[in-house]
Amino acid sequence: MPLNIRTYHELAEPDRSGLAAQIGAQRRRVAERLAAVGRVVAVMSGKGGVGKSFVAAGVARALAQGGRAVGVLDADLNGPTAARLLLAREARLTIAGDCGLRAAAAGGVKVVSMDQLLEDGQPLAFRGPERESFVWRGALEAAALREFLADVAWGALDVLLVDLPPGLQRFTELAELLPAPPAALTVTIPTAESRDAVRRALRAALECGATPLGVVENMVGGPFTGSAADDLAAEFRVPVLARIPWHPTPDTWAGLAGRLG
Amino acid sequence: MKFLCVECDRQMAFEERRLPGDGTLAAAFRCPQCGRVVALLTNPMETQLVASLGVKIGGRTIAEQPLETVRGMVATGKGDAFDEAGGQADGRTGGPDEAGGQADGRTGGPKWSAEARERLARVPGFVRGMVKRIYADYAKQHGIAEITPAVMDTARSELGLEGM
Repeated sequence: MPLNIRTYHELAEPDRSGLAAQIGAQRRRVAERLAAVGRVVAVMSGKGGVGKSFVAAGVARALAQGGRAVGVLDADLNGPTAARLLLAREARLTIAGDCGLRAAAAGGVKVVSMDQLLEDGQPLAFRGPERESFVWRGALEAAALREFLADVAWGALDVLLVDLPPGLQRFTELAELLPAPPAALTVTIPTAESRDAVRRALRAALECGATPLGVVENMVGGPFTGSAADDLAAEFRVPVLARIPWHPTPDTWAGLAGRLG
Repeated sequence: MKFLCVECDRQMAFEERRLPGDGTLAAAFRCPQCGRVVALLTNPMETQLVASLGVKIGGRTIAEQPLETVRGMVATGKGDAFDEAGGQADGRTGGPDEAGGQADGRTGGPKWSAEARERLARVPGFVRGMVKRIYADYAKQHGIAEITPAVMDTARSELGLEGM
């Protein structure tokens, strides 16, 4: 005779572990921390090496110089560069009691990056069993992103720029952690290869509910040729927010910051 | 994750958690009706997966620390990445460089035995401040005047501090 076994959802008795409640509390913590943040903008691209961090740092500085309260969260945990670009790499992060971590401030921009936490030249490595690390490594990186969102005392910000690594995975994690999907600032270079990779990433971002702000074309006027920004803008009906030359001036960044509002 | 005593058709209640120190975890669950106890045993990879989610089997008994998962799990962190001095303002115990202290005079925190201080000094600097704070909070919560290695072992198991 088969055993009569109730299902997971049929068991409603109080549970001291409360794992689902613990996950719920994590999400609430993110929402509470970001309640005073006006807008979360993911600086993204499907392609590596197009200058996402460079654009994020440039626009962050310009927004701060324009009087905006700005934070940069470097979500490229394995290749973090935002702190160096914002001259905040050597900053120590201050543990401020229960309110979390005070982000290092550089040029009026609050910055948190794995680069500030890792030994020089060391990769991001986790303690734990070496075999089959693929099973848990992604979950740990998502946890690190969650803690950068929830445990850093960002304070009141007009904009929190999240500098994403290449690919789609981190954007998805970000969108799931936030109370509402982020806005997406998409960076490409002029080439067709970049356009195709960015197209996939932007499409995935839109499927996650992201609001597309527009396209920034970087490294314009150099060896790369093509019409990636115009192609993407037409396809997704978004503006080309800026074409960044090889040697941008403060005015270049100020113009982009102005168009972001 | 829930456990059902099929015979009694009752959900089993979490009873106790143990961390033997080899990366595995044991969690015991008891049937509130017949009293039968079963143990969940996880291998190191499964233990790590649970830890990666930032949750504690058996529930949390002390508040989550800032960057708890990052500080507890990153193996290549800088020893001086964090300035713990900022934590003094809230009356908690001090930072990573204060492991040599006796009682924390400024905060009235618990004393640390010489053996406990030695053990704490072996904890990597990246996570030491957090570990010290967690043990001090545990001692306060349980009315323990002096932190010894035995207290650290008990706290480690009770709080689910794998690797600390």
